Amino acid sequence: MIEHRSHIYGVVGEFENEHQLIHAAEKAREAGYRRIEGYAPFPVEGLSEALGLKRNTVPLITLIGGLCGGLGGFGFQYWVNVSAYPLNVGGRPFNSWPAFIPVTFELTVLGAALSAVLGMLALNGLPQPYHPLFNVERFAKHATTDRFFLCIEARDKKFNLAEAARFLQGVDAHHVSEVRDD
Amino acid sequence: MSAGEPPINSPEIRRLAPVIEPGHTYGTVTDKISAIVLTRPASLGWFAGFTVSFCVVMMLTVALAWLIIKGVGIWGINVPIGWGFAIVNFVWWIGIGHAGTLISAILFLLNQKWRTSINRFAEAMTLFAVACAGIFPLIHTGRPWMAFYMFPYPSTMGLWPQFRSPLIWDVFAVSTYGTVSLLFWFVGLIPDLATLRDRAVSKPKQIVYGMLAMGWRGSARHWHRYQSAYLLLAGLATPLVLSVHTVVSFDFAIAIVPGWHTTIFPPYFVAGAIYSGFAMVLTIAIPLRKAYDLEDFITMRHLENMAMVMLATGLIVAYGYFFEFFMSKYSGNKFDLFLVDQRLHGPYNHYYFALILCNILTPQLLWFQKMRTSVPVLFVMSIIINIGMWLERFVIVVISLTRDFMPSAWGRYSATVWDYMTFVGTMGLFVMLLFLFVRVLPAISIAEMRELVAETSEEHK
Repeated sequence: MIEHRSHIYGVVGEFENEHQLIHAAEKAREAGYRRIEGYAPFPVEGLSEALGLKRNTVPLITLIGGLCGGLGGFGFQYWVNVSAYPLNVGGRPFNSWPAFIPVTFELTVLGAALSAVLGMLALNGLPQPYHPLFNVERFAKHATTDRFFLCIEARDKKFNLAEAARFLQGVDAHHVSEVRDD
Repeated sequence: MSAGEPPINSPEIRRLAPVIEPGHTYGTVTDKISAIVLTRPASLGWFAGFTVSFCVVMMLTVALAWLIIKGVGIWGINVPIGWGFAIVNFVWWIGIGHAGTLISAILFLLNQKWRTSINRFAEAMTLFAVACAGIFPLIHTGRPWMAFYMFPYPSTMGLWPQFRSPLIWDVFAVSTYGTVSLLFWFVGLIPDLATLRDRAVSKPKQIVYGMLAMGWRGSARHWHRYQSAYLLLAGLATPLVLSVHTVVSFDFAIAIVPGWHTTIFPPYFVAGAIYSGFAMVLTIAIPLRKAYDLEDFITMRHLENMAMVMLATGLIVAYGYFFEFFMSKYSGNKFDLFLVDQRLHGPYNHYYFALILCNILTPQLLWFQKMRTSVPVLFVMSIIINIGMWLERFVIVVISLTRDFMPSAWGRYSATVWDYMTFVGTMGLFVMLLFLFVRVLPAISIAEMRELVAETSEEHK
């Protein structure tokens, strides 16, 4: 049985619209499932709450990236103008900080933007060349177009193939299919 | 207008003018937009347009090659007028890019739904305009192969860039702007690339779109972080876009040349950038919606809103012109006064009058709703405004440099055929990239259109 299970990623049910998906996600959590994931072709309002997702760390990563960019940018200009290559231009102070602000600002934005995007991709585990869900034909065809999916994953403690499939049918999923991982 | 439609100027109808025509579902928006890329064969018109623009790009490569062989002496620049076409074109192109970021970032933060169907190609326009803009400062250095001197790198000579110079600020501003615009555009594209991957039937398309989509599968956890990142990018791009043209205006304002050394430059450059950028978005949107039957998605509401943005920013620009004039009179500075006199009566005064005609007088027609809702009028006006904004940069760069403080330093400027070839060549590059873009990537964000369908169907309930 355990042998067989290792080839199953989970059970996925297809829904007609986003309201059914949110409803199913709420019911699944009520039924005690924790390893569940919704799939939608656009960001659905209320789905994160229904799945019980916590706040994500992308904003924090962005803040850190922005601070590094800004402090690094200013510090670098300070180092260049005061110690590495001091140049007297018309008697102005070496640390003529107002003149360093534009570059500091640009590097703050650059650091923040790069870390927002790379942070988001890294936390999402992308790029990911293979995912078992794409073995489900209807998922591969419709998940990024016009259908909504709820997957109960096999690593859920409560997972049982037949029960999970029955549960999904009970919340009006059509096309319930098992997701094979091999 | 067909007989059955209610009059467009009745207030109720205007309030309800849709940002997407009714009757669309998730499936139909996906089909319609992705079909342009995946199934629709390229039309004869596309091939004709692509061929012409490709030939113009070849002309650009000739002009650039000759420039690299001979040096900047082939241009019309001379000793008092060192900036000429290269800087005029640079400022013009970078300004055009600004509308794309404004639409995608600022209108996103303001939750303006009408941005959805125009943001994708407006962002593409930004990228291509920045690419065209970037060519000019690079080649105008004279020795473009030494351009890396402008970046801080540990050289064996122990030299570092002069961070007190606006020209170095420019390097950082423009390269950051290009990078962040690319990131913003690409992040927006990821879900649509996944859609194309899943809908493509040919193996090569599946592989290419699949690699670009990076395995996106629309998971709720992914969307959750994606939305945070997208919102943050919008928040970051907003001050960035304002800073870029501000820094470009510093190239002028920090110098003491009459007509450049004014504090009004940053806001007036930013307004001018948005003004010309919206004009360019209209210039592209009008043929695009016609050629690919996208009138359902890019509706009259979009065109009219853009016309209103043009009118508003045009008035800010007019205010800037007026205050340049007023401040020189009010300050009584004789060099500034002389410059105003030269704009009105000097050898380049016809450029100045043409500029006033294009940028201030013509757009006043946009006060009338009939004009704002007439597609041909908007198309012609968008081109007039683009010409006007180019003339503005010409007036700023050339008139000031030809009329410096000392009569002995005065001069004249006229562009050579190489200047024109380079300028027209970048337009060809811009158009060619747009032609390629509409064929290989969805010109309208499919995921955001689905969201719009969800929201509008919610409202109808």
